Amino acid sequence: MRPFLFSKSSAANQALAKKNHSTQFIAGGTNLVDLMKKHIANPESLVDISSALPNKVENTTKGISIGAMMRNSATANDAIILAKFPLVAKAILAGASPQIRNMASAAGNLLQRTRCPYFYDVTTPCNKRQPGSGCSAINGENRMSAVAGYSEQCVAVHPSDLCVALAALDASVVVNDKDGKTQTIAFQDFHRLPGNTPQKDNNLPANALIRAIEIAANPFAKNNAYVKLRDRDSYAFALVSVAAALHLNGDKIVEARLASGGVAHKPWRWLAAEKYLKGKTANIANFEAAANIAIKDLKPLSHNGFKIPMLKGAIETALKQCLDL
Amino acid sequence: MKQEYNFSRRFFLKTSSALGALAFIPKGVKAFYEEVKNFIVPAKEQIPLKVSINKKSYAIKADTRTTLLDLLREDLNLTGAKKGCDHGQCGACTVHVDGQRVLSCLTLAATLPGKEVTTIEGLANGDQLHPMQEAFIACDGFQCGYCTPGQIMSAVACVKEGHTKSIAEIKEFMSGNLCRCGAYNGIVESIQKVAAQ
Ligand SMILES: Cc1cc2nc3c(=O)[nH]c(=O)nc-3n(C[C@H](O)[C@H](O)[C@H](O)COP(=O)(O)OP(=O)(O)OC[C@H]3O[C@@H](n4cnc5c(N)ncnc54)[C@H](O)[C@@H]3O)c2cc1C
Ligand code: SF4
Ligand code: FES
Ligand code: FES
Repeated sequence: MRPFLFSKSSAANQALAKKNHSTQFIAGGTNLVDLMKKHIANPESLVDISSALPNKVENTTKGISIGAMMRNSATANDAIILAKFPLVAKAILAGASPQIRNMASAAGNLLQRTRCPYFYDVTTPCNKRQPGSGCSAINGENRMSAVAGYSEQCVAVHPSDLCVALAALDASVVVNDKDGKTQTIAFQDFHRLPGNTPQKDNNLPANALIRAIEIAANPFAKNNAYVKLRDRDSYAFALVSVAAALHLNGDKIVEARLASGGVAHKPWRWLAAEKYLKGKTANIANFEAAANIAIKDLKPLSHNGFKIPMLKGAIETALKQCLDL
Repeated sequence: MKQEYNFSRRFFLKTSSALGALAFIPKGVKAFYEEVKNFIVPAKEQIPLKVSINKKSYAIKADTRTTLLDLLREDLNLTGAKKGCDHGQCGACTVHVDGQRVLSCLTLAATLPGKEVTTIEGLANGDQLHPMQEAFIACDGFQCGYCTPGQIMSAVACVKEGHTKSIAEIKEFMSGNLCRCGAYNGIVESIQKVAAQ
């Protein structure tokens, strides 16, 4: 690690006042400390924000607000989450390990960086780590990489599980910018596709703080599922994952939500498949048809063609699990 | 040999990109600064820290970069918690902070004031082992023992959290602790034994 100055803030405005391009906030540290050890993140100072931000789930007029500093394990065990948004708990529990979930914050999970092996290997070119140096993955070891939405500049995927559930539930991110002004960013606009600026993972304004994540009330608490496929049963990042939620009226689908991890640089929504399912009967034939629509236009790289049938199966399985089939 | 090669190659890559940046100073003073920063080692900051470990308080001075794991092992001679990977991937360094299991290799010591740390050294009551330590001995919960302090700290938390309803649940909630010897069956048995007490 490079030497750095350390301070702790007990309020958001205090933390924001200290922030500039060479200062970084530290929450649980599970991603940042790792990146600092590898000289991928080299902040000159750290501001500990663990006591500066909300850390509870609260009911709001529209739905709920998850405090940015709420630890992942606490969110997954929270009574409101379990009663109204169980998909969020399922996704969190599919990620990392109990120890890491005890440390990791909600905001930190959104801002964690990719697990592309070249991003972590500072001896290799990587546009995300060092813009303009090239992408080693596009013609290299890319079995974990994207199958949609990538560019010549970067084929990395976003590694979060929580974010897949939040994408499916159309959450939003409440942000305090440097001047303390609050703005709300829709979840689908929060993370980015790589395009020509793969160094930018998301649209969080410079030097801003995430305060909370909001989810509007929804009819998906009953029929939802999170399916994650990985190299081992637990404690591994997703090869592919699927968050599925159905609003049913009898056996008719009023509305469906489908999102995936391991597909793209941002949590990926399967909008065409959702549209197909709307108004249809909830049965295996329709689930299969929806999965086929989802995988239709995917473009695998040299080593990740296996993700296509895997996604098809994962989407079907998740939809079936929504019905306890 | 390989080490040396890596070093010089990395040095070359950095030097060449720094020279590259030189040519573009008017275009990016900030980028140039970012490159040069790699060669200038900033002053190390030592901060005074008051930490409580196994109910004993320590007043120390530590480099801001010190992790809890290094503080325990290098500065305080509490070598129970082990360094397996130093990157959050193995669980050998598991300790409790305020009663919750966490990874000490990813915890900065600077974040600890006001919190209570418990390590494997703090688990026994004098000469009387903690029931989980007894169970690991009775059920062959280890072979080489390297992962064991982390396993036991994690296992104690697993029981306290109530994640012991089935073997599958125990395995899932112990997945953050790897064991290269494969003592997993004995570990699950130890946890079942303590959970049943
Ligand atoms: C071995 C391992 C396995 C893992 N497996 C999974 C997995 O399967 N699924 C998964 O989803 N995740 C996984 N993770 C990632 C883990 O969930 C994230 O590292 C964690 O959520 C990050 O949260 P944190 O609070 O520790 O963030 P930190 O490391 O403290 O911060 C991460 C970044 O966010 C910034 N930040 C944090 N909070 C704020 C805020 N409020 N406002 C502005 N900026 C902020 C920091 O400046 C930093 O840049 C794994 C991690 C490890 C080490
Ligand atoms: S895919 Fe992105 S993160 Fe991976 S090497 Fe290419 S540019 Fe870097
Ligand atoms: S040493 Fe901390 S997880 Fe491996
Ligand atoms: S007992 Fe040897 S690593 Fe677990």
